[in-house]
Amino acid sequence: MSAFSQGGAGGRITAALRDATIAAAVAFGLFVVMVGLRTDVSPTGALVLRERWTEVAMLCALVFAGRLVVTLWGLRPQSLGQSPERAAAMARAGKLFAPLLLAAALVLPFVPGIGRYELDLGILVLTYVMLGWGLNIVVGLAGLLDLGYVAFYAVGAYSYALLAQYFGLSFWICLPLAGILAAFWGILLGFPVLRLRGDYLAIVTLAFGEIIRIVLLNWVSLTGGPNGMSGIPRPTFFGLPFNMSGEPGTFAGFFGIEPDPVHRVVFLYYLILGLALLTNWVTIRIRRQPIGRAWEALREDEIACRALGINVRNTKLTAFALGAMFGGFAGAFFATRQGFISPESFTFIESAIILAIVVLGGMGSQVGVAVAAIVMIGGFELFRDLEEWRMLVFGAAMVVIMVLRPRGLVGSRTPTIALGEKRAIGAGHVSEGRG
Amino acid sequence: MAYALQQLINGISLGMIYGLIAVGYTMVYGIIGMINFAHGDIFMVGAFVALIAMVMLVSGGIMDGPAAILLVLAISMAFTALYGWTVERVAYRPLRGSFRLAPLISAIGMSIVLQNFVQVSQGARPKPIEPQVIGGIELMREGEFVVQLSYMQMLIIGTTLAALVVFTWLVTKTPLGRAMRACEQDRKMANLLGIDTDRTISLTFVIGAALAAVAATLYLLRYGVADFFMGFIVGVKAFTAAVLGGIGSLPGAVLGGLLIGLIETFWSAYFSVQYKDVAAFSILALTLIFLPTGLLGRQDVEKV
Repeated sequence: MSAFSQGGAGGRITAALRDATIAAAVAFGLFVVMVGLRTDVSPTGALVLRERWTEVAMLCALVFAGRLVVTLWGLRPQSLGQSPERAAAMARAGKLFAPLLLAAALVLPFVPGIGRYELDLGILVLTYVMLGWGLNIVVGLAGLLDLGYVAFYAVGAYSYALLAQYFGLSFWICLPLAGILAAFWGILLGFPVLRLRGDYLAIVTLAFGEIIRIVLLNWVSLTGGPNGMSGIPRPTFFGLPFNMSGEPGTFAGFFGIEPDPVHRVVFLYYLILGLALLTNWVTIRIRRQPIGRAWEALREDEIACRALGINVRNTKLTAFALGAMFGGFAGAFFATRQGFISPESFTFIESAIILAIVVLGGMGSQVGVAVAAIVMIGGFELFRDLEEWRMLVFGAAMVVIMVLRPRGLVGSRTPTIALGEKRAIGAGHVSEGRG
Repeated sequence: MAYALQQLINGISLGMIYGLIAVGYTMVYGIIGMINFAHGDIFMVGAFVALIAMVMLVSGGIMDGPAAILLVLAISMAFTALYGWTVERVAYRPLRGSFRLAPLISAIGMSIVLQNFVQVSQGARPKPIEPQVIGGIELMREGEFVVQLSYMQMLIIGTTLAALVVFTWLVTKTPLGRAMRACEQDRKMANLLGIDTDRTISLTFVIGAALAAVAATLYLLRYGVADFFMGFIVGVKAFTAAVLGGIGSLPGAVLGGLLIGLIETFWSAYFSVQYKDVAAFSILALTLIFLPTGLLGRQDVEKV
């Protein structure tokens, strides 16, 4: 502070240098043990220490430089109260942006140079877009903090795998069943816990997610336990399987085209795109209906809702069930795409990633969720070469994005209903609900 | 009977460890109203610092015995406290006054960062250490079955009680404790009355992390292994304990920790080990349904 009162660039630089020195000292404290001394298991089984002082010095220098840059060029958090003008401009841009994004998604498989790898990545991103939109119903619209969303994803995936394995049902019959079963689980979980407030709800949903995973892991006779379930049937094009034989009964044979393994990938791509768009369409439509308005009202003020005679319990349950249903669809899709599922795919970290996508997308903004999924999952793939470092980068990115843009990437949205003309408002005006 | 007594001893010593971590959760929740998701990973970092210090002291032949354990404890507390401080400074302080989910996401991000930082810097393999505290005293004998209170369990219970006594004194008798309680009641008002709230919150994280380091050192000595993922499940259970006891209530956290430890131990002893976590979480759900504010939690009066 005193450096500022002296004024001038010199004082500012001195202060920044002092600040950076403190940061480097803290970094030294953080890294001297955890990085400087590496424990290795020696062949005899005992632990031996390996010293790595150069790395510690490098890290401290890095922190020093980083802190200096941040103080001097001032990366500051974006203020919460975004001006309405800017929000309106963003909304106009968003109006153009969403159709463009959709068009790009629709033509992606036919763009030259898009191979199997890119399509697989597209499928992965779209799966997270769909999960994000599904969770958005619960967290973004109804304001219920759900940390166990992956449980419904798991229920959907295992529903399809089990129904196909034990009853031989096809994907197209199992898809709605998986959704219904997941919705049923959503109600089952939701019923007792909806009396809970905010963070209590969060921890119970987290616990529920873990319970489902532990049961899947230990019920070996039904689910195969940690070995998972393999040989899950691949989807068919309305009864026409994808294979390389080119016989009349297959997709390629029926349409008289050359069999190509990419056909199935393209089909899966459009399948998940369709499912994701269905989620989006249902959400947008429901937001205009009484139940959707009740959700948003509930997010803003639960007590007012009670006073107005809204049935809070049923409103919350429908949000839970609907969100769970889309999670179940996505799960069934995941199972058919992978052909193999195991409890490892349904850990807490998945729930955290989906929630991060919703929050980074700007809570309740449909386009925002899509953008956040592309940024997070696509970015995660970009850092593929970093191997074990990429999860570190991923976590750090979550922190940095939150610190710089606490309202998410798309920080504005149009109110669903308004008196007179609709105007975009800053996200700062939208409460996040205390559910 | 003897078997049950042994489980009681095991359960209490495990529950003490959960209780220590739960205090960290409940303190942070009480003071800034957020779930500090990275707390479980702070515990994990504490275990690694203790592990490294232990290897350095004991395998290096510098010292061993009680003095070494005490020194390891002190080293772990100091470095882990620094981690606690840094996490708050980097990931939570910039988001103070922001909307409620932002610090939660930032905390989850921080938890991922800490886990993977340790994985990168220390390797993914579990690190075993040799047991340092061996033996115990025989309490009773029933046929073949011997009920034993091991020295390790005595160490856990003794250290935890000492840490809790110091902590209680800190919260109830010192100016810092008064400032913490003031911040918990009304942060804005405390600030107006001249309390440096940022500093108080930082110190809350430091104390929470130091308690987690005590728990981590004891856990490491008791179970003899550390890995980068150990913080998650222990953290979730400690948070469950905090919620069970009524989040924001310090005695509640310890009580909740003891209950979770006992439930887990007895469930593993009499039913199945695989489903012990299911038991702990189900108890949590049931408690919350019937006692939505936990065992010792205050009923919030909501003003409109």
